[in-house]
Amino acid sequence: MLRIDGLSHRYGEHAVLDDMTLEVAEGELVSIVGPSGCGKSTLLRCIAGLISPTSGRVTLDGTPVDGVPDGLAVVFQDYSRSLLPWLTVRDNVALPLRRRGKSKAERRAAADEALASVGLPDAGRKYPWQLSGGMQQRVSIARALAYRPSLLLMDEPFGSVDAQTREDLEDLVLRVHRTGGMTILLVTHDIDESVYVGDRVVVLGRNPGHIRAEIDVTLPPERDQIATRADAEFVRLRAEVGRLVRGAASGPVAA
Amino acid sequence: MSVEHSPRLRAGGRAVPQRRSARGAGRPRLTRTGRAVRGLAGVLVLAAALEILARSGAVAADSLSPTSDIVVRAGELLGDGAFWSASLVPTLKAWGLGLVIAVAVAVPLGLLLGSVPYVNTATRAVVEFLRPIPSVALIPLVSLILGTGLEMKVVLIVYAAVWPVMFNTLYGLGDADPVAKDTLRSFGFGPLAVLWRVTLPAALPFIYTGVRLATSIALILAVGAEILAGFGDGLGIFIGQAMGTLDGTRDVMTGTLLAGCLGLLANSLLAFGERRLFRWHVREERS
Repeated sequence: MLRIDGLSHRYGEHAVLDDMTLEVAEGELVSIVGPSGCGKSTLLRCIAGLISPTSGRVTLDGTPVDGVPDGLAVVFQDYSRSLLPWLTVRDNVALPLRRRGKSKAERRAAADEALASVGLPDAGRKYPWQLSGGMQQRVSIARALAYRPSLLLMDEPFGSVDAQTREDLEDLVLRVHRTGGMTILLVTHDIDESVYVGDRVVVLGRNPGHIRAEIDVTLPPERDQIATRADAEFVRLRAEVGRLVRGAASGPVAA
Repeated sequence: MSVEHSPRLRAGGRAVPQRRSARGAGRPRLTRTGRAVRGLAGVLVLAAALEILARSGAVAADSLSPTSDIVVRAGELLGDGAFWSASLVPTLKAWGLGLVIAVAVAVPLGLLLGSVPYVNTATRAVVEFLRPIPSVALIPLVSLILGTGLEMKVVLIVYAAVWPVMFNTLYGLGDADPVAKDTLRSFGFGPLAVLWRVTLPAALPFIYTGVRLATSIALILAVGAEILAGFGDGLGIFIGQAMGTLDGTRDVMTGTLLAGCLGLLANSLLAFGERRLFRWHVREERS
């Protein structure tokens, strides 16, 4: 579905991404984990067509990405800045649907449905700034879901919410993925999270950002916050990813 | 003239949090009515002081009229249809028309300068040359060319009122959140749609502040141009002509009071609108 070929990007003299190659299958949920400064966000922005890479290319369903591709939704880390404060929650969620050529009634219905699916059935008439951080992030997830993207990119979406909310949102993403069948790329710096939600974990190294390893998550698709995290296989995978990330944080290491 | 609001002009709305720190710790916050009562008390004390000063004869009668006389005269004038048609309406007309034209010119201009860096650079020298010219200094020149009618006043008002609106539009555009813009772009919205749905709404509170500033500047120009021009209609003419009569002090002061009331009324209306329209902006600043 998504192919990244020899992707490199530099800002002036500073190389951020170096020769990344990655393939993501239709309907896969891939977590991308790495230390800070590994170019995770730049990678997502290249995939989203928000910036064009210095070299290499991104192909989506066989078409090279040149500008923002169709059927894409991004959930940004900075949820409070990504929602428009002058629109109600429902109007925020409904706004992208204008691109789908839907009528006002259809947009509203889709927005209400998406809000209900993230557990906020009554928030539609409120304004984003009247909600807590976790609720705002749910709204931005609802906005992405209502759009029914074929590819959903999430940039550290749970970075600034409390632990309980974070677990709820992780389960929400898993549920959405299972029922909606969309392809999801989730960037995180949380090693546990990358294993818990992912079908596959891609570990990035830094200076400049490169792909260090890809690990298949050999866990059953049904995950549970308590049971899965206690599973011996989960513990093993987490340790493996953790070693790779730590190694990545201390700079390039001879393989 | 614009001193009271100038921090808001510079930094857009960002000067607001100081209000909170000004509220002393442990001191109960005044309600809106409470503040209004205090303000009114201040006005009454000043009025009484002026009244006493004038009645006591400490100040010559032709330099200061008693407050009560001025208030009575103001009521008289406001009940007089001829005063409305000869003085108030012409000034209000020039004021309103000038403001509308200024906003209609300044907002698109600000949008252009704010979104096309090339135009901004190319026009900077011209703008920096024109802006410091005190608009009041242009009154004689413009009256020479256009006479003393409505056109003259409107031209001057437009010239003076364009700047705050244009610059606030320009600054306001820079205030749009890049994450919000990227969000809409990633949903496939084009540059014009992003301008219309993110950049412009984000700039609106700033533009509005610019309009508020422009409103008081425009009143200064309307009345000032009338006084200096000396002929025609308007509140400024009323004041100017009263100046020339033997016992004109009372009318000069009454005209001045009415001009001040016009400014106060317009500013209060705009402030009321601001609170209702931009609730989200105030909230954002506090969070």
